[in-house]
Amino acid sequence: MANQQNSEIRYLAPIAVDIKKKKYCRFKKAGIKYIDYKDANFLLKFVNEQGKILPRRITGTSVKYQRKVAKAVKRARHLAIMPYVADLLK
Amino acid sequence: MLKQYETVFIMTPVLSEEQMKEAVSKFQDYLKKNGAEIVFEDHWGLRKMAYPIQKKSTGFYHLIEFRAEAQLVKSLELEMKRDERVIRFLTVALDKHAVAYNEKRRRESEAAKAADKEAEPEKKQVESNK
Repeated sequence: MANQQNSEIRYLAPIAVDIKKKKYCRFKKAGIKYIDYKDANFLLKFVNEQGKILPRRITGTSVKYQRKVAKAVKRARHLAIMPYVADLLK
Repeated sequence: MLKQYETVFIMTPVLSEEQMKEAVSKFQDYLKKNGAEIVFEDHWGLRKMAYPIQKKSTGFYHLIEFRAEAQLVKSLELEMKRDERVIRFLTVALDKHAVAYNEKRRRESEAAKAADKEAEPEKKQVESNK
C-alpha cells in the first residue's frame, strides 16, 4: 500500500508501449536482384487490396528495389496478370 | 550489339488450337528469318486475364526469349500490332540479373521434372536395396 501512495499516477491496465520492429528491405536481405513481373503471387505482397502499389514506408523496401517493384507491377498490369483496379484483391 | 529480349503476347481466345499454333510459328519464323536466336519459349496456354481486353476475359499467353539486334524489336512489335490475333504484347530487354534469374528458374523447373521422372525408379531401387 505504501508504494502505491508514493506514485502519483496509477493505471488500471498496463499502458501499451509500442515496440517498434525495425523494417528492412526484403530484397537486400534475401539477395534478390531481379523482380519478375510474371509472378503475380509475389507482386501481390506489394499492393493493397485495391491493387494500388504500397508505399515504401509501409513495406520497408529500399529505394532501389521500390523502383523495380513499381516497374514490375506496372508491367504485370499491362499484360493483365494483375488488375489496374480491384476491390477485395486479398 | 546483340541483346537479350523477352516478349510476352496474348492472343484472342476465339482462335482454334491450330490457328493459335500457326500464329505462334509466324512470329517464330519472323524472328528466325531476321537473324534472331530464340533462347527459350514457353506457352502458358489459355489463361484468365485480370481484366477484360477487347471484351475477352481469357487469352492464350505465349512467351519468347530471344537474342537479337535492337532494330528487330521495333519491327516485331509493328508486326504484332498489325496482327489482329494478338490483343496485347510486351517486350522487355533483359539485364544480366534477369537473364540469370530466367536461367535459374528454367533449371529448377527442369530439375523438378527430372525428379518427378526419377522418383518412381528410385523408389523401386530403395525397395530392392532393402
